Amino acid sequence: MLKIKNLHATVEDKDILKGINLDVKPGEVHAIMGPNGSGKSTLASVVAGKDEFEITNGEVLLEGEDISELDPEERAHKGIFLSFQYPVEIPGVSVTNFIKTAINETRKSKGLKDMPAGEMLKLIKEKADMLEIDRKFLSRSLNEGFSGGEKKRNEIFQMAMMEPKLAILDETDSGLDIDALKIVANGVNKLKNDDNAVIVITHYQRLLDYIVPDYVHVLMDGKIVKSGSKELAYELEEKGYDWIKEELV
Amino acid sequence: MSLKDKLLSSYIAFEDYLEDDSPIHDLRSDAIKTFENQGFPTKKEEAWKYTSLNSILKEDYSLFPKKDNDIQLKDVKRYFLHEIDTYKIVFVDGIYNSFLSETTHDKADVCLLSSALSKDKYKPIVETYFNKVAKNNSLTSLNTAFAKEGAYISIPKHVELDKPIEIINFATGNETAILLQPRNLVVVGENAQVQIIERHQSLSDNAVLTNSVTEIFAEKRAHVDFYKIQNDRSSASLIDHTYANQERDSIVKVHTFSFGGKLTRNNLNFYQNGEHCDSVLNGITILEKKQHVDHNTLVHHISPNCESHQDYKGIFDDSSTGVFNGKVYVEKEAQKIDAFQKNNNILISDKATINAKPQLEIFADDVKCSHGCTIGQLDEDAMFYMRSRGIGQKEARALLMYAFANNVLEGVKIPELKRRVNKLIAQKIGVNLGFDL
Repeated sequence: MLKIKNLHATVEDKDILKGINLDVKPGEVHAIMGPNGSGKSTLASVVAGKDEFEITNGEVLLEGEDISELDPEERAHKGIFLSFQYPVEIPGVSVTNFIKTAINETRKSKGLKDMPAGEMLKLIKEKADMLEIDRKFLSRSLNEGFSGGEKKRNEIFQMAMMEPKLAILDETDSGLDIDALKIVANGVNKLKNDDNAVIVITHYQRLLDYIVPDYVHVLMDGKIVKSGSKELAYELEEKGYDWIKEELV
Repeated sequence: MSLKDKLLSSYIAFEDYLEDDSPIHDLRSDAIKTFENQGFPTKKEEAWKYTSLNSILKEDYSLFPKKDNDIQLKDVKRYFLHEIDTYKIVFVDGIYNSFLSETTHDKADVCLLSSALSKDKYKPIVETYFNKVAKNNSLTSLNTAFAKEGAYISIPKHVELDKPIEIINFATGNETAILLQPRNLVVVGENAQVQIIERHQSLSDNAVLTNSVTEIFAEKRAHVDFYKIQNDRSSASLIDHTYANQERDSIVKVHTFSFGGKLTRNNLNFYQNGEHCDSVLNGITILEKKQHVDHNTLVHHISPNCESHQDYKGIFDDSSTGVFNGKVYVEKEAQKIDAFQKNNNILISDKATINAKPQLEIFADDVKCSHGCTIGQLDEDAMFYMRSRGIGQKEARALLMYAFANNVLEGVKIPELKRRVNKLIAQKIGVNLGFDL
């Protein structure tokens, strides 16, 4: 599904990613953990196509195709979805209208007509119910005045609507209380199947109790320094990151 | 002959033609003298530093158009907000058109300034209010000197008018160039309420210059919502002067939507004469090509415990230029006022310009005054957010610009007007957003 080979990326000439290798196969869940400033969010942004970052070396392949030169919208059309750590507020555009635009733009890129209004409504209702989202919420301006938890739930709602091949959840657990966390994780699990994949970026093991990873990677100073099974997450939770640093030395 | 000379010599003929006993005869003579002394403003004056009238004063404007200027309803219907749900005062080349209008004298007077000036029963109101809040600057004086037609709206106390009033000034283009000088008087009695929509619309590509003056008097607890739709052709220019005089507990809101026209200058002057007044001045400006819009605002806080809110948003493309010159003046007696001023701009093109100049003059020591001004490009993070959801660059830009301008629309209380302005914004931004706004 996603293959990252020796990826180096810079922002304003500062090296952030220093040779990342990652192989995510269909049906897998990968967790990426690491201390602040290790490059986790940068990795997510680079895969999604933020042009602030420059790829200086390496490749990002989606189903064998190099996507590193594509615009963010083109990557979205190919099935990449990034759930933002800090979703942006867009006053005057309702959640419903925004997602309609996103879906129809994606359909347009594939030469499909707009989704019929009835079908769209049904889909919206189904996904909103799954995530226990109040209908009133859908007519509010996108992210405007939303609580941290509402913003995150709205991200997962959009993900559910867009049914991506590869979803990257960038600290989706931050700002969520335990009940919201369960709802969000449950939503992600329901969307999960053998043909898609999820990358979960998180500081804490907590989310991984609910979205159970097949692999856990530790990102430090722009490199993946350790990979393991879900047990690695427990170990990190217990001991922090210092022991890995020591191991490296 | 320069336009100034032409105006001065025409004034003599105009005077002869008017009836001598007009209650405003003396005002007119004084006003023409003021204009004669001051002439048209130039860039040397601080208030006109960024707006030059030179290019529009060169035209050979016709001052008194012929009367055969009939227009058909079907040709202009789209400029009306509603066919039946509004009162309408319609002028065609400055002359009242009764066929297109719907006036009333039932609960309130929604009619013509010419009737108000000529009929005895309106005399007390004309004498009390006419030209009482307008200032004697050169262009207002020019309007006063030639004032004979416009909207006259008088809402008696405790009356909440049942439908909004549309004031529409059409220019037919039957003349190669025309100068129009509408003069509106709006008196809203104690605890009365009114909504007014004003529009200037040229129907041809011939030059139009409108020098308009509106006086609004809001008595105690009166509530006035005034909407200005400025979406004229690129051959039309507008210099607007709107003066609002507020008494205790009154609310006056002026919303200005500037999308069209060649040169537009909005002079808004608010005077708060009683406690607990609220003045709201909002604007959305979306310009392209060589368009120019200058918002010149003044809120004069004379009394304590009042509020004023100014929020102007601008989006400038191509080599368009914008000016925001917002002044808040707080008298020594005006303690505990809350004056807020915001001006945010987005420049889409490298050639577009905005000149923003907030001015606060505060002589009271216990007040809350704030102002903020930003000039920038579209937020990159927001662009990335939308694009990562599959929305193309062009649509993402449009959505962002729409979102940027949108909050100013929250204050629009007439649903149909809100819908229309929304649509205009989407059109101006030049993209189909794929859903009904």
